[in-house]
This record gives sequence, C-alpha cells and structure tokens, in this order.
Amino acid sequence: MNVLACIKRVPNTGAKIVLTDDNQRIDASNLGFTMSPHEECVIEEAIQQADAHGGSAHVLTLGPEEATEQLRTGLAMQADEASLLETDGSEWGPRATADAIANVVREMAEDGTEFDLLLLGNESADAANYQVGVRVARELGLPCVTGIKSLEVEGDTAIAGREIAGGEEIYEIDLPAVITVKEGINEPRYASMRAKMRARNMEIDRREPVGTAGAGSLEKVRLETPETDDSAAEILGEGPEAVPEIVEILESEVSVV
Amino acid sequence: MILALVEHERGLPAEASLEALTLARELASVEGTDLDAAAFGGDGSALADELGTYGVDTLHHVDHDDLDGYAPEAWGESLGQLVEEIDAGTVVVPSTDRGHEVAAHAGVTLDAPMATNCVAVEVDDAGAYELERHRWGGSLLEHARLTGDRKVISAAEHEFPVTPADEATAPTVTEFTPSLEADHLRVRVDRVEASDEEGIPLGEARVVVGGGRGVGGAEEYDQLEELADLLGGTVGASRAAINDGWRPHDDQIGQTGAKISPDIYIACGISGAVQHMVGCKGAETILAINTDPEAAIIQKADWAVVGDLHEVVPELNDALRDSA
Repeated sequence: MNVLACIKRVPNTGAKIVLTDDNQRIDASNLGFTMSPHEECVIEEAIQQADAHGGSAHVLTLGPEEATEQLRTGLAMQADEASLLETDGSEWGPRATADAIANVVREMAEDGTEFDLLLLGNESADAANYQVGVRVARELGLPCVTGIKSLEVEGDTAIAGREIAGGEEIYEIDLPAVITVKEGINEPRYASMRAKMRARNMEIDRREPVGTAGAGSLEKVRLETPETDDSAAEILGEGPEAVPEIVEILESEVSVV
Repeated sequence: MILALVEHERGLPAEASLEALTLARELASVEGTDLDAAAFGGDGSALADELGTYGVDTLHHVDHDDLDGYAPEAWGESLGQLVEEIDAGTVVVPSTDRGHEVAAHAGVTLDAPMATNCVAVEVDDAGAYELERHRWGGSLLEHARLTGDRKVISAAEHEFPVTPADEATAPTVTEFTPSLEADHLRVRVDRVEASDEEGIPLGEARVVVGGGRGVGGAEEYDQLEELADLLGGTVGASRAAINDGWRPHDDQIGQTGAKISPDIYIACGISGAVQHMVGCKGAETILAINTDPEAAIIQKADWAVVGDLHEVVPELNDALRDSA
C-alpha cells in the first residue's frame, strides 16, 4: 500500500509571535521552521501503514527550496521518498495548493506510482483553512474524511474514527481515499542521529507546482498580532510561603473551594 | 441572500451555529437581504420555531431518502446545490469539525473560496468582504479580502455572542431535496462508539490543573492529580509534556489539543508557549506556578507564584485537605 503524506513548512512560534516589518509574515529568523503538529502524525501514520501493509511512504510538500528541511525530517523518520513542489516562497492559498497536489498525484500515477491513501493534516498550524484535503479528494474523485484520530486499514477498507462529544464516530471507506488527521492519532517517532545523517544525502524529487484557484479569491492583506492583556501577573509570593494566598484566591476570588 | 448552516440536536440549534447565525444576520442586515438557514434531518418545524428568535426568514430543511445521518460529501454537495437553487451569495457555517468539512465540500460544488475562523466581516461597495480571521488558533489575525459571486465563511468560535434579533420572525419552512449520486454518499458515519473515559472532560472542567515540562516526569503528575481532585477539576498538560510521553495526548491543552474554559486554570511548570496559550484563552483566570519569573506565562496569568511546583503543590494540597 503506497501512502502519500502531505505536509507544510510553518514557522516555529515559541512564546510570542513576531511579525516582519511589512506585516506579511512571521519573523522566523530566531526560531526557524517546523511542520504543523498534525503533520508529524501524518508522516508517522504513512510510515506505519506502508510498513504494515507493504508499500512505500512518500512525503510531499509545496513550498520553497528551504522546505526540503521538513522533507528530510520525514525521510529521517524513515519515509521512503520525498517530493518538493518548489515555489518562490510566496504563500499559496488552499485552492491552488489542492489543485497542485491533485495534479502531481495524477502525474505520479501516469509514471506508475499510485497511492492507495493520501494523508494530510486536518488544518495547517499557520493558516488553518480546513479545506485542502477535501479539495484534493474532490478533484481526484476520491472519498474523503477529515479530523481523524484513529485509523485501521483492512484489505481495501479504511476504518477511521473521529472524536465527538462522548465518543467516536466511525467511518468505513473504500480505498483509495483521502484522510486528514489530527495530532494524537499516533506518537510520532524521533529520528535517530544516524537516520538524520542518512536523510541528509537522500535524493529529493523536485517538480514545479501547477495549480489554479478557480472563481473568486481569498487574499491576505496583512497580519496583525492581536492586543492582549500583557500586564504581568500579581505575584502572590515565592515558593510554599504563597500557599495561604493561593487558598484565599481559590476560596474568595474564584470560589472553587 | 445569506444562508447559514445550522447544526442541531432534535430541533435545538447548537451554540456554535447560533454564533454563526449572529454573524450571518449582521451580514444580511448590511447587505439588505434575507437571512435563510439550512438544516439537515430532524423536525424542521420545531427547529424553525427556535430560529425565529434569531430573525431567520426561511428555513430550508434538507432531506433525501438516502440521507440518514451524517455524510460529509452528501451534506456539502446538498448545501452547494441549495445555494445555487436559492441564489445565496454567502454561506456562513460554524467553525466546528462538521461545519468546516461540509463547507469545504460546498466550496468545491460552488467553485467558491472559503475563509475560515472569521472574527469580523465588512462589506465594501463592490460586494467584496474585508475580513479579519484567526490564524495560529487566534494568536494572530489576518486581514484578508474575499471576493466572488459565491463566498463561504466560518464564524470563529466564541467571537459572536449569541443575540436574538430585534424582531423575532416566523420562519417559513421549505423542504429541499438535493440530487445526490452514489459517490456523494460513499462516506457516512457507520457507527458511534461511546468513550470509556471517566472524569470531567477538559473542555467542561471548572478547574483545570495543567502540567508542563517543569513537572519533570509521568509520576510527578500524581500531585497535580491530587490538587485537581481536591478542587473537583481535571488535569491537562502542555504539548511538551505529552511529547515526553508523560501524559496521553487526550490531556493536551492547546492549538492541536483541547480548548479549555474553566473558572481557573492552574498552570504548573508551563512556560506559556503560543500554541499552548491559545488552548486556554477561554479560562476566566490563570494562576501560574513557575520557577522562572521571566516565563511568558507570568505575563499572561492573573496571579503567579514564583517557585518550584514540587514544593508548592504538595503544601497546597495539605492546606486544602486541612480546610476541607
């Protein structure tokens, strides 16, 4: 079973988000980049499913040359192959991105690599558009289910679970299919130093993305860090000596005692 | 016309849907057009009675012989067909799992752009939307421009307090039967399995005791469990603590975990990273216990104790036990 794991390079955030002077993007010069948390699980799931059912796990991203860093993270985790849909670094919207992914999936099928399962994150950490997976599926005519936190493949059927209040709703869908996952579906492995070294020299397939957005548009104008109340907390004291003050607050201020 | 998707349980609209309806009504008023609602299954007339409070003109009750329970593509396709049938310019959905999923499918059917997690929408002279939407779980705002004959938007949770219309309406109920093919129905809920989790879910707890990397290990959470028990609360954790394998993922508070809204959040050994803090935006108050007076959490908390949680928490537990 061949599995495609789609990921997105996003800035690390840390304790405070700092924007570039033009308010167009996050200043990542200090903290660098990572991938969306859901997508570490996307890669892990792709590897586990490919291992369990025989086949390969292929990591794909659309982004600038620097996004090879995230692809190599996937390779170090033991994904078999990686492809970069190389952009000039400008932000691609969800519709053009979905179109580009669908196009490359078709292209790879023509070249003999067909995917039984396409995995994406439920939503990206940065833009959270919640739609790339659905749009890819519809363009390829595949069934799709989103927000999945448990997945088993039996034969040609995926048994996928989504959390709801008080339990889980279960979907049974025929493969090939597109499934978007949430963090918690598995525990992503840490790559060993040796695996990281090996991944550094692995070849990455590079292609030019071809994607269009269709009618209408959603265009970013600028970003803004919302105003927050950053007045420092009232310091109740140091160490255990502050316990009476804590009890006082629990009793009178929030009435939970 | 503005069309709002309403999720409901036996005719009672869900809170997030009423928030979306509140945004939809604002837009209908600005654009001087009707406010319609769409709902799947159940009893249309009972729901219509509820929706009159919020100024809905017409409720389109979507039904089809093959629609039995939730089916994302079929719902999205139906919603898209309804939009075309009634010529609605904008669809507003709640920012729930289903809301986003159905809207994404409808966006495909309509070949329309979709803007999620909107917190403010203004309409310009050309009919385009100048909107603000959440990024990074709400720790960043994006100002964006949404154009097109058809637009799909979701209303960010807790951003549009539910308010009744100035004048209640008596919504007309019309039945809408979409034209569905087998492919639209291939994904549907097969069954629901109840959770065997005990205790108060994080999202509903009045008191949450959170532990971060400062806790130091899985067993060290015992003292936080005890504190939570004494206060009738639930324990949560930061992503760092979960990645270290100290707690299960279900305990995660943050952008990719649970969103909490307790009366008080007691954050122990948590630094206050952006991705964690967006999960506790809903907390009424925050008490931080941290050895580092410079930690970001101190800026974001109401009260702070500078000290080692391993010393403070056991003593606090003793004091609470004594006072009980």
